[in-house]
Amino acid sequence: MQLASSKLRWFLAMADFVPVFILVLLSTGLALLVLLISVLFGPRRRAQNATKLMPYESGMRPIGVAQRRLPVRFYLIAVLFILFDIEVVFFYPWAAAFRALGWYGFANMLIFAALLLVGYVWLWRKGALEWESVDKS
Amino acid sequence: MTMAEWALLVLLGALSLASALGLLLSRNAVYAALFLVLNFSVGAVIYLLFNAPFLAVTQVAVYAGAIMVLFVFVIMLLGAERLAPAENPPGLAYQRPLAIILAVALLAVAAWALLSGAQIEPSPSVAPRPDSSPQAMGMWLFGPYLLPLQVVALLLLAAMVGALVLSRKS
Amino acid sequence: MPALLEITLKSTALVFVLLTSFAYLSLVERKFIARLQARIGPNRAGPFGLLQPVADGLKLIFKESITPAQVDKPMYFLAPVLVVVPSLILFAVIPVGKGPLFQLASDLNVGALYVVAVMGIAVYGITLAGWSSNNKYAVLAGLRASAQVISYELGMGFAIVAVVLMASSLSLADIVAAQYPGEYGGILGWFIFRQPVAAAIFVVAAFAETMRAPFDLVEAEQELTAGFMTEYSGMKFALFFMGEYVKMIAVSALFTTFFLGGWSGPFVNELPALSVVYFTIKVVVCLLAFIWVRASLPRVRYDKLMGMGWKVLLPISIENVLATALLIALGVPGFK
Repeated sequence: MQLASSKLRWFLAMADFVPVFILVLLSTGLALLVLLISVLFGPRRRAQNATKLMPYESGMRPIGVAQRRLPVRFYLIAVLFILFDIEVVFFYPWAAAFRALGWYGFANMLIFAALLLVGYVWLWRKGALEWESVDKS
Repeated sequence: MTMAEWALLVLLGALSLASALGLLLSRNAVYAALFLVLNFSVGAVIYLLFNAPFLAVTQVAVYAGAIMVLFVFVIMLLGAERLAPAENPPGLAYQRPLAIILAVALLAVAAWALLSGAQIEPSPSVAPRPDSSPQAMGMWLFGPYLLPLQVVALLLLAAMVGALVLSRKS
Repeated sequence: MPALLEITLKSTALVFVLLTSFAYLSLVERKFIARLQARIGPNRAGPFGLLQPVADGLKLIFKESITPAQVDKPMYFLAPVLVVVPSLILFAVIPVGKGPLFQLASDLNVGALYVVAVMGIAVYGITLAGWSSNNKYAVLAGLRASAQVISYELGMGFAIVAVVLMASSLSLADIVAAQYPGEYGGILGWFIFRQPVAAAIFVVAAFAETMRAPFDLVEAEQELTAGFMTEYSGMKFALFFMGEYVKMIAVSALFTTFFLGGWSGPFVNELPALSVVYFTIKVVVCLLAFIWVRASLPRVRYDKLMGMGWKVLLPISIENVLATALLIALGVPGFK
């Protein structure tokens, strides 16, 4: 972009991301505008009774609050996601540089991936990847 | 640095501070977590200022994207969002003085760095820009930093084991 | 700054095009599904029902926007915004045509990773929509949705790694260039032929990421009513709808860029505007496939879905990356 050569010379990476920032601002503005339209044009009815404002639970009266303690397997999924996500992030620069790294890069990535695959196989054998059985064992 | 660059840096610093304060002052843990996401994102933009786009995007992908999802899950998992913090939790009494000491130490180091006249302003137009492309990152990670990389793999393996052990009823 | 103005104008145009496409995609979906089910579909508003999206939009605008009593208000209003924004900003790095006129930041040297990062951010909107609604269906659906999305994100991430390996670059412009003009000649340079496994994984993950049938468990009507959108009405609901459809378009555009040669096609050098036409045609084909699948396949069970993400997609995608690297290192033709 032309920005890179203008005054912001120090922030080359920043200049590359200018379209991203503008798009973020535009789309946030758009979303807020849509919410505002609803407030401006939607009918405002005085009659708000408790039944209308009740949570919709198929016509049943809700028992207790909905925000309560949840199954632990969501926690396990999230932790495993972090670990594999970090692994993915390491794969990207390796993939970009792979043609320069050659066999050396291949061997080292094999070691890196093998260490994680050991963990993966272990998780599988322990049943951590079974959605149903996580909290039974 | 030009005025525009200074203004940008100050603005980002202010945003970063504000989101950190929001995190500390939120009574609801879910809001606190979202403020932390904001804080991480501002951090990513600051990385861009230092010409590290790869690090910036990684920050968003791993911290704002993955780790904070775990935080939100755990908060929802424990139903902790509405819990009032205990006034003086037993066993944590030593933390407050410790936190104060550490904060003072950090401020002292920052002040020392400022006052001792360490060069805080890089000379951007002269200094050669280190190559921050993903290709260069790959060459570094699988070159001089190969050992730390494999240690990371071991760490991830340990984390996998830990996660599973912790999530089981023993 | 003229450059800034240019970017702003292009971004605004992009957002308008996406909004229009979203509106008409909803009509196309209804028409196409109706045909597949031997019905006619909406045909009353305007010729061939062409004004149906306008009618739908107007209806939603003039609907009462109910805010239930039990919701966590700030978060309840923030959540739809958090769903729409990531879907829209994905387009910042997608080259929709040849030349800088049709590209925003597609030469970003971390483009592919940016896609992964933005997809990750998209989880918050759905989780928080469910949580802030304080409705049991919504909370469960929000959690299910985010667990599903993050599980399939890994497969998608590794599928993109295979593409990056082929192109030796994370920039989406370079990825298109690597498939075109291509020493292997025309259409065979497309990564769908050189990376069929990655393409298949990407497609499956794309359905899960957009929460479309057969992976639309989060709005499985029989058990979760409308999922995390249960408590949303009026334009707040419209935002979720928009988020889903724009994401569908985004994922189709990404598939086109990664696997179908992006904007490439015959005569683009002579007439660069043609590239936008090729890109649009390819995206439309992907979108029709999305709808076709919805009309044909039944919904899968949640435990099967999660099992497939972790036990099938993830290992296959990692093995595909390693196999691709091996082929490149061996210098096999087509992988050099």
